[in-house]
Amino acid sequence: MAEVPIRIGLEIHCQLTNLRTKLFCGCPADYRGSPPNTHICPICMGLPGSLPSPNKKAIEDGVAVAIALNSEISKRMTFFRKNYFYPDLPKNFQISQYDGGGGVPLARGGYLHIEGGKRIRIRRIQIEEDPAKLAYEGTIDDSTATLVDNNRAGVALLEIVTEPDMEDPKEARAFLEKLRGILECLGVSNGELEGAMRCDANISLGGGTRVEIKNISSFKEVERALTFEITRQRQLLARDIEVRRETRHWDDVRRITVSLRAKEEEEDYRYFPEPDIVPIEISEDFIEGIRKRLPELPDQRRERYIRQFGLQEHNAELISSDNALSKLFEECVRMGGDPIEVSNWLVGDLISFTRELGMELTDPRVSPSKIVELVKLIRSGSISTKIAKEVLMESLRSDESPEDIVKRRGLLKISDEALLRDVVEEVFTENEKAVREALHDEDVVNFLIGQVMRKTKGKADPNLTYEIVKGSLERIKGGAPDS
Amino acid sequence: MLPRSAIETREELAGGASVEEYVLSLLERIRREDPKINSFITICDGPAIEAAKALDRKRREGGKLGPLFGLAVAVKDNICTKGVRTTCGSRMLEGFVPPYDATVIRRLKGADAIVIGKTNMDEFAMGSSTENSYFGPTRNPLDPERVAGGSSGGSAAAVASAFAPLALGSDTGGSVRCPASFCSIVGLKPTYGTVSRYGLISYANSLEQIGPMASNIGDCELLFDVIRGYDPRDNTSLPQKRVEIGEGGLRIGVPKEFFMEGVQEAVEKCVRDFLDKMGSLVEVEEISLPSLAYALPTYYIIAMSEASSNLARYDGIRYGLRGEDGSDWNETYCNNRGMGFGQEVKRRIILGTYALSAGYRNRYYIRAQKIRTLIREDFERAFKEFDLIAGPTMPVLPFRIGEKLDPVEVYMCDIETVPANLAGIPAISVPCGMSQGLPVGLQLMAPPFGEELLFRAGRIVEELA
Repeated sequence: MAEVPIRIGLEIHCQLTNLRTKLFCGCPADYRGSPPNTHICPICMGLPGSLPSPNKKAIEDGVAVAIALNSEISKRMTFFRKNYFYPDLPKNFQISQYDGGGGVPLARGGYLHIEGGKRIRIRRIQIEEDPAKLAYEGTIDDSTATLVDNNRAGVALLEIVTEPDMEDPKEARAFLEKLRGILECLGVSNGELEGAMRCDANISLGGGTRVEIKNISSFKEVERALTFEITRQRQLLARDIEVRRETRHWDDVRRITVSLRAKEEEEDYRYFPEPDIVPIEISEDFIEGIRKRLPELPDQRRERYIRQFGLQEHNAELISSDNALSKLFEECVRMGGDPIEVSNWLVGDLISFTRELGMELTDPRVSPSKIVELVKLIRSGSISTKIAKEVLMESLRSDESPEDIVKRRGLLKISDEALLRDVVEEVFTENEKAVREALHDEDVVNFLIGQVMRKTKGKADPNLTYEIVKGSLERIKGGAPDS
Repeated sequence: MLPRSAIETREELAGGASVEEYVLSLLERIRREDPKINSFITICDGPAIEAAKALDRKRREGGKLGPLFGLAVAVKDNICTKGVRTTCGSRMLEGFVPPYDATVIRRLKGADAIVIGKTNMDEFAMGSSTENSYFGPTRNPLDPERVAGGSSGGSAAAVASAFAPLALGSDTGGSVRCPASFCSIVGLKPTYGTVSRYGLISYANSLEQIGPMASNIGDCELLFDVIRGYDPRDNTSLPQKRVEIGEGGLRIGVPKEFFMEGVQEAVEKCVRDFLDKMGSLVEVEEISLPSLAYALPTYYIIAMSEASSNLARYDGIRYGLRGEDGSDWNETYCNNRGMGFGQEVKRRIILGTYALSAGYRNRYYIRAQKIRTLIREDFERAFKEFDLIAGPTMPVLPFRIGEKLDPVEVYMCDIETVPANLAGIPAISVPCGMSQGLPVGLQLMAPPFGEELLFRAGRIVEELA
């Protein structure tokens, strides 16, 4: 079957986790780890007579994100009510924003570049309140009741909606990673927190019917859910079955999407302007004030890494889009590490080692001084790259400095020519056949060098070893008599 | 005992008369007389006596005495009072005890007033006769066979019965002015944004204001000055302004649309005669505000739309009436709401839901918003020429309890009062005479923040009536 074009759009909800209070009341916004229903008040509980008061800082944070996503910020934005009955909504409506019916969201338009330079367009950004959290005793199936924890009710959410510009699940994930990096860099949202970033996706194949997928809990799951959905839709199309316009639910246990409701069953939300909140004017001065305070954003950082340090595009992109990695990189450079070598170590082994060890990049054991020391040890010829990897892994695990490890384990590179000549001679004697082949086969030369490395436990200076092996082979070729 | 004005009573109490005795005498009067009237849903005996004792103590100790020192205020039961149940006249909230005070209650307490009780009202303020209350109708103290008006009927009846010299009502489409007119007292609907709505249980947020009610203009102004003011808890609250009163005489415009179909002859005659009498003191001229012809349907579409959303929260889960649990949450909600709400509330929720629904929104809700703008502009134009606009408060005389059964007929009663809510302007009802032995109220409207103008003109009406 021919490849059909895929179009993926995302709708991301991110909590403004760095706010002190909720969106419309003074309750603490940080609900994680608190006993249920302890961060509540008449306003977020929707008690009769209570009224919402918009949190100015939330609007500032929203404006900062809109600037970072190159969006056009509305001069006068409005809150709208989205009406539907559900146990997680204390008022049975959600105070949100609406792009239509006279409603004006925080911002419209904009874009974000993902790795490789592809531009993903933003449709709109809006602010809304998070619903409460539902919980069950045991599983949803055998729980006798639905429990409601209102601590989350009223926490400020930013909804970011993209155009369907992503063409495969990997791009969707790349977009999310990039977005998370930006939000963290701005200091408005910590995407690491459970439930702080949630995502719905819509997908269509070959310009056909659009299907929405809800309940995707992590970036990895986004990729999985979309991959599943592509397979499902392809199979339908292959059998000439029409893809239904519907909303599907991602079941992350069974790793399949299941139909939630068809288009005809979609709720009518009866949007109308929230009468308790007057339209909010956003002045040029207000926007400029926020723009001036913005930190350096990942894209700007990437450009600077290339310009200032001569980093490769790939390394610059990877490091700049991760705030922890950027911080580590800049610390290393500040401490005198060679930027290019440092960047290679960070992007290469450091990321995979920390992942292997289940460590965060912010772990104190991942200290810049270790990287700098390591790079210097290699540069000065004290250890080989191969040994360096071993040292790095051990240093991360044990928190011993690379230098100490090298000293304690005697890993200093053998650069003593006489010593190495003896080892080479030993290898040549043990591998006569290989020596004959090596005279006209470069691969076998490498085998001989490998043998030398093995005998020296990797400590032999690779360049010197190469020279000695080559020299010895030349002498054999030239018929020089064995001494 | 002849009821004294609030201002006089305050002087007596501040001068040394016992607040406790005053409150006890009111409570005694309420216990004796109110069973015939039914103006209160909850009488605050305990807290009121305690507050009175505290005020007596404060005076003895030489504390600074507030502007409402010792005065009893009857508060409509849709204004939240901490620790005192607040029912909205509904079975749904029969047992609801708010954990907080509305801003106006805090202001009353801060001015040394005493909340004497919570007054009867049409359920969720939906009605014009206080017959739609789960706690039974309020009777008109001037003729107990007749309605007290609504929806703040309990507050008006309490003042007219001298159970309290002052009362708070709320006015979404005339709910302060209608019962004020029917009970022959003074009632003000302030400029939208002047009195904080924080703690007022919403019926239609974009239209309503809490308003003062009293037996005379002076008392009404006294109470208004206490409750008005910017409140950061109400996002629609506005910084206070005052309209300058010019040196010249008042110019009053009387829209002919206020005497259209549905206005009883007796009412029209009484009001027109009175305006003629006023003509000797102020300039009175007939004008036309064409958009007023559409005010009533516009009002009901907006009010019901907002109500359908505001009342969604009453599902019986977190507070309020809880009946049998259904097999799922949806069924449970239906049980609770089906049981907790009365007929009129259900009707308005259904109509409002309809008006906001996809496919009807543009035809109803959006169109109503456009007409609302036209009405506001009509008033703005008129106020360029006139200081005030006048007309009858009610198109009809107080009717008999049970007389009006057709809902549309009751809605028609709001025809004179809803324009001020749609335009957000202040309006007052002042007694201007009697017809067939029943009271008639004159309604005066002013530009935004023109409350002082209303009080000034109201004093002229008081003198002439």
